[in-house]
Amino acid sequence: MDIKSIRSEFPILNQLVNGHPLVYLDSAATSQKPQVVIDTVDRYYKEINSNVHRGVHTLGTKATDAYEASREKVRKFINAKSTQEVIFTRGTTTSLNTVAYSYGRANLKAGDEIVITYMEHHSNIIPWQQAAIATGATLKYIPLLEDGTISLEDVRKTITSNTKIVAMTYVSNVLGTINPIKEVAKIAHENGAVLVVDGAQSTPHMKIDVQELDCDFYAFSSHKMCGPTGVGVLYGKKEFLEKMEPVEFGGEMIDFVNLFDSTWKELPWKFEAGTPIIAGAIGLGAAIDFLEQVGLENIQNHEHYLVEYAMERVSQIDGITIYGPKDPKQKAGVLTFNIEGVHPHDIATVLDTEGIAVRAGHHCAQPLMKWLNVTATARASFYLYTTTEDIDRFVSGLVKSKEFFSDVF
Amino acid sequence: MSFNNLDTLYRQVIMDHYKRPRNKGVLENSNLVIDMNNPTCGDRIRLTMKEENGKIVDVKFEGEGCSISMASASMMTQLIKGKDVETALKLSEIFSQMIQGKEYDSNLDLGDIEALQGVSKFPARIKCATLAWKAMEKGLGNAHSDNE
Repeated sequence: MDIKSIRSEFPILNQLVNGHPLVYLDSAATSQKPQVVIDTVDRYYKEINSNVHRGVHTLGTKATDAYEASREKVRKFINAKSTQEVIFTRGTTTSLNTVAYSYGRANLKAGDEIVITYMEHHSNIIPWQQAAIATGATLKYIPLLEDGTISLEDVRKTITSNTKIVAMTYVSNVLGTINPIKEVAKIAHENGAVLVVDGAQSTPHMKIDVQELDCDFYAFSSHKMCGPTGVGVLYGKKEFLEKMEPVEFGGEMIDFVNLFDSTWKELPWKFEAGTPIIAGAIGLGAAIDFLEQVGLENIQNHEHYLVEYAMERVSQIDGITIYGPKDPKQKAGVLTFNIEGVHPHDIATVLDTEGIAVRAGHHCAQPLMKWLNVTATARASFYLYTTTEDIDRFVSGLVKSKEFFSDVF
Repeated sequence: MSFNNLDTLYRQVIMDHYKRPRNKGVLENSNLVIDMNNPTCGDRIRLTMKEENGKIVDVKFEGEGCSISMASASMMTQLIKGKDVETALKLSEIFSQMIQGKEYDSNLDLGDIEALQGVSKFPARIKCATLAWKAMEKGLGNAHSDNE
């Protein structure tokens, strides 16, 4: 993988922040966008902007074709059986909420169980809490092991014949843990439950095959995988999506509208009420082309190399705690840590003055923070454009934060 | 290595309050207890105050957060202890203006809080500095409306 040429595709990386060349280590929050994605969105607005699935005029057809071509790119990218199983949403959060609201409320009753883990992002916790409150179902958590992974033994113990829904992240946005989704799907199915996967942190970084994983629903966002913000995908097996009621109603999703009732369009459009995020979806298609050109396997290998390099260097700093799996091979490109005596916000500010962007806080995972027994952590996350030089600068920045906070006394 | 920019933000007096916070703890005979957190970052504070006849007789804080939020809480308690409610709220207003880099009234004795002026150059940290003050305003605001 030629990092130099990849980096040259990302115009934003070529700038000074606070007088220093930008080191962007916050890709788990949102990734940067390559020129080709920016150009695609730009070209859409300049050349073919029109509403989709409506007009008979030329631009309307062009926009509809481009929008639907993007759906086919997504289908191929995650290896769904059919484009009927690919719904464009606002992002992972909307995708997960749609499943929890539509599938959850229709299929849960008092006494049923929803099973999640302690490492979920708030967007894969709260929709299930709400579904449990609304239906009287019970929410259960699969515990974490010391190193921030889950064991299949615990998965088997937690999922019972009362479990109707298992919802789990593929990759933890804090720990970098990669969960055994395929095995969990098997256990869920043996117990008659469906598996909902939060793919926000996995889809940008590894090859996804929803048929191979055999998950029932899979959610992800465009903006974490080099695409525009505001658009994401909900994949669902057709057999489930067909029976599910839409969550939003209005234009675009209807078949016939009578005075007192209406019928819905076929899949996937019955879940896409209103004018969709046309430019965003087309931009996502360009991002997929870009990622496939680089190669998902190359991206994953590069990130493994970076996380191994970073862990080795960072662990030499006195007083540092790194959270999550100790073995970099079990980890995605995320490094979450704390330095004794320096609050993560202060670390982030010191790094920012050096032009280095990291995340500090609870990373939308308060139950996990509680489990880790911390109120906040700092996180550096990597992507295909991250270099070892970036990590060297980051490590010097950490040393500087430590020095600064011990210096003042 | 130069720490120039950082020195603006983390002046000695701030670090002193962070490492040796004043009025840290929970006031036993308080009549105002305010819990506040910053949901975006996880900082939290519990402010306990004893207010008598429109005067803050005693105040303590307890919480978790970064140097800026905890130092600001420490400075605030030091400043408002013994002051009347009206002055405390006035100081909060002045602090809010100062921290946003606006002109502020410096006729009142501002104690150590002027050390936090540098925060205005770090917009991402303004919320850290104002957490304790918002808790104070909430507590005193409520106490006021109770009296009315």
